Amino acid sequence: MVQKLDFLKESPSQTAGPYVHIGTNPNWVEITGVWNEDLGLVLVGPETKGERIIVKGRIFDGAGDVLRDALVEIWQADAEGLYNSPEETRGKADPNFVGWGRQPCDGTTGEYRFETVKPGRVPFRDGRMMAPHITVWIVARGINIGLHTRLYFSDEEAANAECPVLAQIARRNRIPTLIATRGEENGMPAYTFDIHLQGEKETVFFDI
Amino acid sequence: MSDNGQYFQRDRTWHPPAFTPSYKTSVLRSPQQPLISLENTLSESTGPVFGHSKIGPLDNDLIRNYAKTGEAIGQRIVVYGRVLDENARPVPGALVEFWQANAGGRYRHKKETYLAAIDPNFGGCGRMITDEEGRYWFRTIKPGAYPWPNGVNDWRPAHIHFSVFGHAFAQRLITQMYFEGDPMIWQDPIAMTVPDRAAVEQLIAALDRQNTLPMDSLAYKFDIVLRGRRSTMFENRMEGN
Repeated sequence: MVQKLDFLKESPSQTAGPYVHIGTNPNWVEITGVWNEDLGLVLVGPETKGERIIVKGRIFDGAGDVLRDALVEIWQADAEGLYNSPEETRGKADPNFVGWGRQPCDGTTGEYRFETVKPGRVPFRDGRMMAPHITVWIVARGINIGLHTRLYFSDEEAANAECPVLAQIARRNRIPTLIATRGEENGMPAYTFDIHLQGEKETVFFDI
Repeated sequence: MSDNGQYFQRDRTWHPPAFTPSYKTSVLRSPQQPLISLENTLSESTGPVFGHSKIGPLDNDLIRNYAKTGEAIGQRIVVYGRVLDENARPVPGALVEFWQANAGGRYRHKKETYLAAIDPNFGGCGRMITDEEGRYWFRTIKPGAYPWPNGVNDWRPAHIHFSVFGHAFAQRLITQMYFEGDPMIWQDPIAMTVPDRAAVEQLIAALDRQNTLPMDSLAYKFDIVLRGRRSTMFENRMEGN
């Protein structure tokens, strides 16, 4: 026998199920009066610094069908590339930007949609700069453990080309699955980031 | 020796795999390519902070937080526990959200069609932020089991869903809590997506007779463990990383 290591095991994940919204977005499923506002719907206010953008998309299963019961969370740095987190030691993030959002996919179209600001660049572990990106986390019925991916921007070609995280993806033809396409909506940049759970266009998911 | 290294690698053999054919919906929703391994950057080791000011006084009282004409119907229970990390240290300030079916096994959701009755006084959602010692607690009614479309005659055991935020987005977790002594856990295609019996047992709350409220409520204890972090002994860290 040897000495015991005093570690616990992480609680195993279970699917969020079809009714995740009851817990995360009760007002959205008409459970009103319990709390005033579902968390994470609004990221930007009038005081928030940075370029306003829309990020939106849909999630597709292996048969090409759109998921209408998924929940999407995003986490990102502010316009200067600083995270609003105690772990951030490089400076003070914009106090008017938390950087976290949460939206259910639309029950009819399956679209998720956030109005946010374009994040600045954040350094990789060795100090090289990563390209601007938003962390995306999705859960749904049939997904046993939440899926982590990253949204990069199609108009950041130079930064994307030198991003040390994108460089780790050996199969280069999968990188486009992480790049949101820039369009425009009411004069505001709108980036479309569709997520494919399976198939030829399967999105790159990360084990972080 | 500081405590701000990488988060421990997730033990993917302890979690359910993505592809679990006995839970049919997973078949078309499971990625087939290997996940790309990524050592934590700031994007994963940071995470949102939720202030206590966001939380209302009835948010952790599901018997009363949706009450219209009276209290929710069912077996009154208190669920309590701690949010810990894999180093067995408490995680204070963690947002814990929970949701569940009513005592008859019916969810209050626009897409729910099960014939069991809706309880007009039960919404089914609650939340709390852990205290300095990582503790949370809430009052509710014990949810009922219910049938669901998977096999011809599959039933979910009584369970409560949990969503937990730690201090880093890398710790983000959604799971479910089951109840001690329920034989239906072991026939449940969703609980059985977890390969290891000991891992399933980690999701079963213990009946705690000591903390039962006399003439009022049973008590169940359910601790939740989030990923831990490596201590940075002898590690050279880049400035600002």
